[in-house]
Amino acid sequence: MKFIDEYQDSKLAKGLARRIAGRSTKPVRLMEFCGGHTHAILRYGIRQLVPKTVEMRSGPGCPVCVTATADLDKSIALAHLPEVIITTFGDMMRVPGSYSSLQQAKAEGADIRIVYSTTDAVEIAKANPKKSVIFIGIGFETTAPTIAASIIKAQQEKIENFQVLSLNKLTPPVMKALLGLGEVKLDGIICPGHVSVIIGSYPYKFIPQNYGVACVISGFEPLDILLCIDKLVEQFENGQPRVEIAYLRGVKPEGNRKALQLMEEVFETGEANWRGIGIVPQSGLKIKRKYECFDAEKAFSGLLRFARNDKPVREPKECRCGDVIRGAATPLECKLFRRVCTPESPVGPCMVSSEGACAAYYQFCG
Amino acid sequence: MCLAIPVKVVSIEGNEAEAEIGGVKRRVSIVLTPEVKLGDYVLLHTGYAIGVVDEAEAEETLKLLEEIVSLSEVH
Repeated sequence: MKFIDEYQDSKLAKGLARRIAGRSTKPVRLMEFCGGHTHAILRYGIRQLVPKTVEMRSGPGCPVCVTATADLDKSIALAHLPEVIITTFGDMMRVPGSYSSLQQAKAEGADIRIVYSTTDAVEIAKANPKKSVIFIGIGFETTAPTIAASIIKAQQEKIENFQVLSLNKLTPPVMKALLGLGEVKLDGIICPGHVSVIIGSYPYKFIPQNYGVACVISGFEPLDILLCIDKLVEQFENGQPRVEIAYLRGVKPEGNRKALQLMEEVFETGEANWRGIGIVPQSGLKIKRKYECFDAEKAFSGLLRFARNDKPVREPKECRCGDVIRGAATPLECKLFRRVCTPESPVGPCMVSSEGACAAYYQFCG
Repeated sequence: MCLAIPVKVVSIEGNEAEAEIGGVKRRVSIVLTPEVKLGDYVLLHTGYAIGVVDEAEAEETLKLLEEIVSLSEVH
């Protein structure tokens, strides 16, 4: 397929790996933010291709994984409300909440439908005017404009039974939070390619400026990632960290203005609850007041309190998803990995999501 | 989640386009990429085109990669 196959050429990959090996003289620790990168890196054996000086860690870039248990519980509580249809991306179904999962709720009779796109969720709302159709809005800046577009469409077409539970999260603020924690010392970040299609390269500027950490935006094919690592190592070796784009066919420095404009129209920033990290200020997207009739949080606030019955949030015991999300541990350091926690019977979200680090390690390591 | 694949736009009608990948066609919203033209490749994410692939940059990158690799073979 065009724009994919050309970037998988093994001869070029080996050449790039040689160049990285030639450049890299001292240990350098890189983090890939995005779960899509984690999968590509493990699938194509990139960790084995790069020299031993290059250490790679996985980061928090899997939207399903970083969804806090409390927010999952809220989604499940919404599913049990009468006359409600929940629409969600498929990965959310099997993630265990404190007491249940969306999948279990569906088995118990809740009307929960997997959709591929927010446009499908809007169509379900149109076809079921007597029910409230709630979309579980997870995702980063890549997905947020599509959710904004669905809310605007619902408003234009007066589809008043469509609501969104906005759990959308923002990338640069959580990078700031992680770097601020200082738990894992990083020299470079493989910045997410499709988030950057939307936000461009400018929002990462504070990272080299304030933290001295190199930032290179990467595509998702093996040559893209190797080119990105090459640039990160070059910046690190030269002691001149900055923001670079190694995915120029997709990313412009200014991003996608139309998408940013739609996000700005519908959302405002607020705090968000991240698994393993906690509340991060200005890292979430809340629906603006002028669109509040599409905000599930507001529309169902009273019912939600009643449905949840104030049961405390319970995290799965011994699950290290939080540490994995921060890059503080690899899945192999988790006692449950492969023994108790498997894709068939996942304990934590990083094993459920197709982008989770644990699922990637399970599939490709050992 | 942030997966997006390059698909070719084969027809456009208002805010929607028909896109093709590997012989399969599907409808795509182009509200986020109003600048898209027939024959362009777009990055498709959850039913929306989130960006138009810059073909000139794609070729530049490939050229650069080939240069890098031929240099690394010489040394």
